[in-house]
Amino acid sequence: MAAPMLQWARAGRCWLLGPCPRRMILLFAEPGPGRVRGQSSAAAQEPRPGAQEWAAVVGLEIHVQISSNSKLFSGSQVTFLAPPNSLVSFFDASLPGTLPVLNRRCVEAAVMTGLALNCTVNKKSLFDRKHYFYADLPAGYQITQQRRPIAINGSLTYSLGVGALWSPSATKTVRIKQIQLEQDSGKSLHDDMRSQTLIDLNRAGVGLMEVVMEPDMSCGDEAATAVKELQLILRALGTSQANMAEGQLRVDANVSVHHPGEPLGVRTEVKNLNSIRFLAKAIDYEIQRQIKELENGGKILNETRAFDEKLGCTVSMRDKEGKQDYRFMPEPNLPPLILYDTESLPMGADPQQVVNIDRIRESLPELPSVTRERLVEQYGILPEHSFALLNEDGLLEFFQNVMKETRAEPKKVIGWILSTFLGYLKQRNLAVSESPVSPSSLAELLSLLDDKVISQPAAQQVFEELWQNQGKSPGQIVQEKKLELLHQQEELEEICQAVLDQHPQEVMAVKKGNHKVVNKLIGLARRATLGRADPVKIKQILEKQLQ
Amino acid sequence: MQSLCFNPAAPGFPPLQNQNNINLTLKSPRPAPFAPQYPRRMPTRRPHRTPVQAGVRAGGRDGPENSILPNLHEALLNPKHDQGSSTAANRVRGSLPGDQPGRATLRGKRRPIQDGCAHVTPWQVAILDLFPLRSSFPLSSPWGNEGRAAELRGNCTMLGLSLREVSAALKQGQISPVELCRKCLSRIRETRFLNAYITVSEDKALKQAEESEKRYEKGRALGILDGIPIAIKDNFSTAGIETTCASHMLKGYIPPYNATVVQKLLDQGAVLLGKTNLDEFAMGSGSTDGIFGPVRNPWSYSRQYREKRKPNHHRVDEDSNWLITGGSSGGSAAAVSAFTCFAALGSDTGGSTRNPAALCGLVGLKPTYGLVSRYGLIPLVNSMDVPGILTRCVDDAAIVLGILAGHDVKDSTTTQDPVGPFILPILRDVSKLCIGIPKEYHTPGLSSETQALWSKAADLFESKGAKVVEVSLPHTSYSIVCYHVLCTAEVASNMARFDGLEYGHRCNVNVSTEAMYAATRREGFNDVVRGRILSGNFFLLKENYDDYFVKAQKVRRLIANDFVKVFNSGVDILLTPTTLSDAVPYVEFIKEDNRTRSAQGDIFTQSVNMAGLPAINVPMALSSQGLPVGLQLIGRAFSDQQLLTVARWFEEQVQFPVIQLQELMDNCQSIFQHEKLTSVSLK
Repeated sequence: MAAPMLQWARAGRCWLLGPCPRRMILLFAEPGPGRVRGQSSAAAQEPRPGAQEWAAVVGLEIHVQISSNSKLFSGSQVTFLAPPNSLVSFFDASLPGTLPVLNRRCVEAAVMTGLALNCTVNKKSLFDRKHYFYADLPAGYQITQQRRPIAINGSLTYSLGVGALWSPSATKTVRIKQIQLEQDSGKSLHDDMRSQTLIDLNRAGVGLMEVVMEPDMSCGDEAATAVKELQLILRALGTSQANMAEGQLRVDANVSVHHPGEPLGVRTEVKNLNSIRFLAKAIDYEIQRQIKELENGGKILNETRAFDEKLGCTVSMRDKEGKQDYRFMPEPNLPPLILYDTESLPMGADPQQVVNIDRIRESLPELPSVTRERLVEQYGILPEHSFALLNEDGLLEFFQNVMKETRAEPKKVIGWILSTFLGYLKQRNLAVSESPVSPSSLAELLSLLDDKVISQPAAQQVFEELWQNQGKSPGQIVQEKKLELLHQQEELEEICQAVLDQHPQEVMAVKKGNHKVVNKLIGLARRATLGRADPVKIKQILEKQLQ
Repeated sequence: MQSLCFNPAAPGFPPLQNQNNINLTLKSPRPAPFAPQYPRRMPTRRPHRTPVQAGVRAGGRDGPENSILPNLHEALLNPKHDQGSSTAANRVRGSLPGDQPGRATLRGKRRPIQDGCAHVTPWQVAILDLFPLRSSFPLSSPWGNEGRAAELRGNCTMLGLSLREVSAALKQGQISPVELCRKCLSRIRETRFLNAYITVSEDKALKQAEESEKRYEKGRALGILDGIPIAIKDNFSTAGIETTCASHMLKGYIPPYNATVVQKLLDQGAVLLGKTNLDEFAMGSGSTDGIFGPVRNPWSYSRQYREKRKPNHHRVDEDSNWLITGGSSGGSAAAVSAFTCFAALGSDTGGSTRNPAALCGLVGLKPTYGLVSRYGLIPLVNSMDVPGILTRCVDDAAIVLGILAGHDVKDSTTTQDPVGPFILPILRDVSKLCIGIPKEYHTPGLSSETQALWSKAADLFESKGAKVVEVSLPHTSYSIVCYHVLCTAEVASNMARFDGLEYGHRCNVNVSTEAMYAATRREGFNDVVRGRILSGNFFLLKENYDDYFVKAQKVRRLIANDFVKVFNSGVDILLTPTTLSDAVPYVEFIKEDNRTRSAQGDIFTQSVNMAGLPAINVPMALSSQGLPVGLQLIGRAFSDQQLLTVARWFEEQVQFPVIQLQELMDNCQSIFQHEKLTSVSLK
């Protein structure tokens, strides 16, 4: 429903393509095939002399499936991957005479999300019917909140770049126009072979929050980062699992291009975006396509386009003839939804019957931005590390659990977690929860490392061992494999002396002033200790012996 | 002449004399404290009977509902009745059961319960008292007529009782639930030419009756309705019983659940006889526009109507001259009026319960919106629909309302405040009442008879001490067009679910889903429904929404505010006509299109739905044609109890006559024997 809002977008709030994507290091981006990636910047890279620059305007409509036990207006269970049509109440199948009964949990989730997104929560909101005929919409209309949604006028702040290039200016804000409660539709399964369509109504009537973002973004990366931040907020709140692959978070992007200072161009709607990576790619492709189309003297049609993952481009979806008129009308079976705050709460109201905004505000969990600040402050880690910890589901918890049990420095821990641990997971395509290494194992390992019981390479070896053979503690592995560092001075001195004795040429070289050869000797000495000696110590001993 | 004894074998009845006096159908004054006093207009007939005792009040419509008894009564107990100068007024009164000398014998035996809810009709009590067991009913009765006594034991005695009476009879073992159910089923069979029922769930009903019987045997009756047969309009969902809305679209549709109101009745032990006929999806005001054919008004076959018919009407054209029931709950009205059941549920969106109640001489209650759950009622206009109650007397309606009313978690528009219990106090003094007469209801189409009865009713209130004031509901005239927009818009929306996919009719077209939708809906809906869907979608189009729908909503608010203002000014109850006139013959009715007919039929009833107020039709008197004319009482929102209390007072004052049906129906039956009414499927 962002169609009209694009027309009213603030003038001058559009960004030039050039500077935006270049500066940032994406936190989530995985290296893509490169064909599409970065095209948005490419558009502005070589402006023809005299040619005006293009600005792109991106707005998003995000459908978020509310995490609730039952559907928005019926008692049917909400479960992903249940047998087809096993979660369908009479109401969900739109049997005549059935009536909607609003799910309190969904209202609370919407209020929570609204508050987290700095929205004004409407004390009174209304439900409307949006009509269209489709096989997976049994009633012929969807109950939504068109006239007066539950929350309005919010904002979402997201950070584009971190690390060396991180600066506060990379923090951007997108306005949230509204959050509305509405029903999900069922699923249609088209069997082209038999030319039939199968309908699964399990999803029909599941509670959705539609989050409408104003067109304050200007490229795929901005949109993707904003969606990622929204995802984190939703998960922190527990109002949605926000898993794009499972369809719990669906994004439609409205894209248009224009010359700065001129009115906004005709927009297209890009659908079928089922991952954040594809979202960025699709938007950038679409911006590029529109610019090319206009520069070649073409016109942009107000149409819906689908993103083709394989081809990496957007293709026009056959739009139903003419424009859809949804014939909105008030839902007569649901009275206005009245929310209260502590002040307006009627005396003696049944707590089961009222939703108190203030109570929800008080119970809001820590939001990702606050968590990140806290992590930076508490552990002294870099801001980008705090982003990385939050971006992977469960990683923060893993980190915190390790921190509880280890003596190692947070910086060491974060290094291990973000490089070694995350690397192992990514390589094997595992989630944090699927890791064979438990936080306490890692904590023990890092403590051993920190106590200089083992060396860094030995620690890597132990980690590999932990990953392969579950059930053994790092201590056991160290013992079995004899990986402890040699601490006794005499022993080390003996080994070093032996090395020096065996390599008189090198000793001569050092004595002649070639101090680089010391490193070779250190290496030889370490090899002689099977890596179990602290290189710093060996260096000290060797230097002493060489004098 | 009505003192001529009823004789089933009699070939007919002499034509009534003095037909011109027919509008004097109010009861003559009685010396009783609450009897109406009409010295100004009514020919005073000093009663030659025992004065009503203050302590034992007339049973009013709780009395016998059948044609036999009053006549019998009249014949037996009122032999001196002046036959020669029988005016319409006394003819009507002659049919009235409540005000008979026989009650004197009952004094002290059945006193009304102090809460005012019990008032068994004296003559009925007499029978019960004298012959407590039906098996021991003496052939030689004190009534002096063995034939009558036998009749009394027959179907109609029981079938004409009020809910309290029949409940008492069941409790006392006068009749068993199964017997009662069988009687009703056979009555349905006898009256099937009325086309009142779409589905008769005989097996299920008998099973329910058997279960009820077991409960009675164990002394564990569920409630006042246990074992009492009822009927439900075919737009309420009934688990396991086909629910069609009289539309091809839902032919064969068997809901898997019960509407809340149906469930509540079943929970009380009520026996569900079947589903009654209506206009397709309740869109109409005649019960003529359903796929199962029109419903016939039982009064078409009443002695009262037949006798008043002009002499040139012969048997030959009788069939074509039958009357409509009004609608859209015409099937329910006919079912109750013809004594096939004791109460029936209708639905009321623009007057669909009150309209047929008025034309069939019944009490038709439209409760306050939000008082009774709509869950399971297949909607017409969600914001105006209310389950309606059709009964033969106000007390019955109150009993049923008491069972149905209350919050339903499945219907978010029902009130969460405590309601009921709708036990009606006896109104002795109306002097504190203020009755409003809306001047805008004096419309050109209002028949002079109805107009006259309306003013008589006003006079009646005034004469009893009530304050009667003229009030203004200035936006009334916009009601019809406003309703048209709001109704069609909601219809367009509500009907969207009938797409042939999940349930109901599906066409054979399978070129594409869209083609299937189009063909299914074209085949499934009649012209009226399709027309409303089309208009509704037009009004909801983006470019039209503000000009039509929003404007209509604003007008609706003005109409509702009209009522609020009037009630805030001190008016307690509004008194209006229910319909423009009495029932018209089918052949006349169908000359106009459905839209015009609905607009006319709903003219006095519709704005009440806009405002969500409670309203009730109370039959007042017979027209010059011998047909019922009802008046409407409208109350404040959620003042249903007050409304019913006043309605009962009014009912007692007017003593509306009982339909005299039996022997004429017997005759008619043979006429219809050859007719195939396939729509009535006795299962």
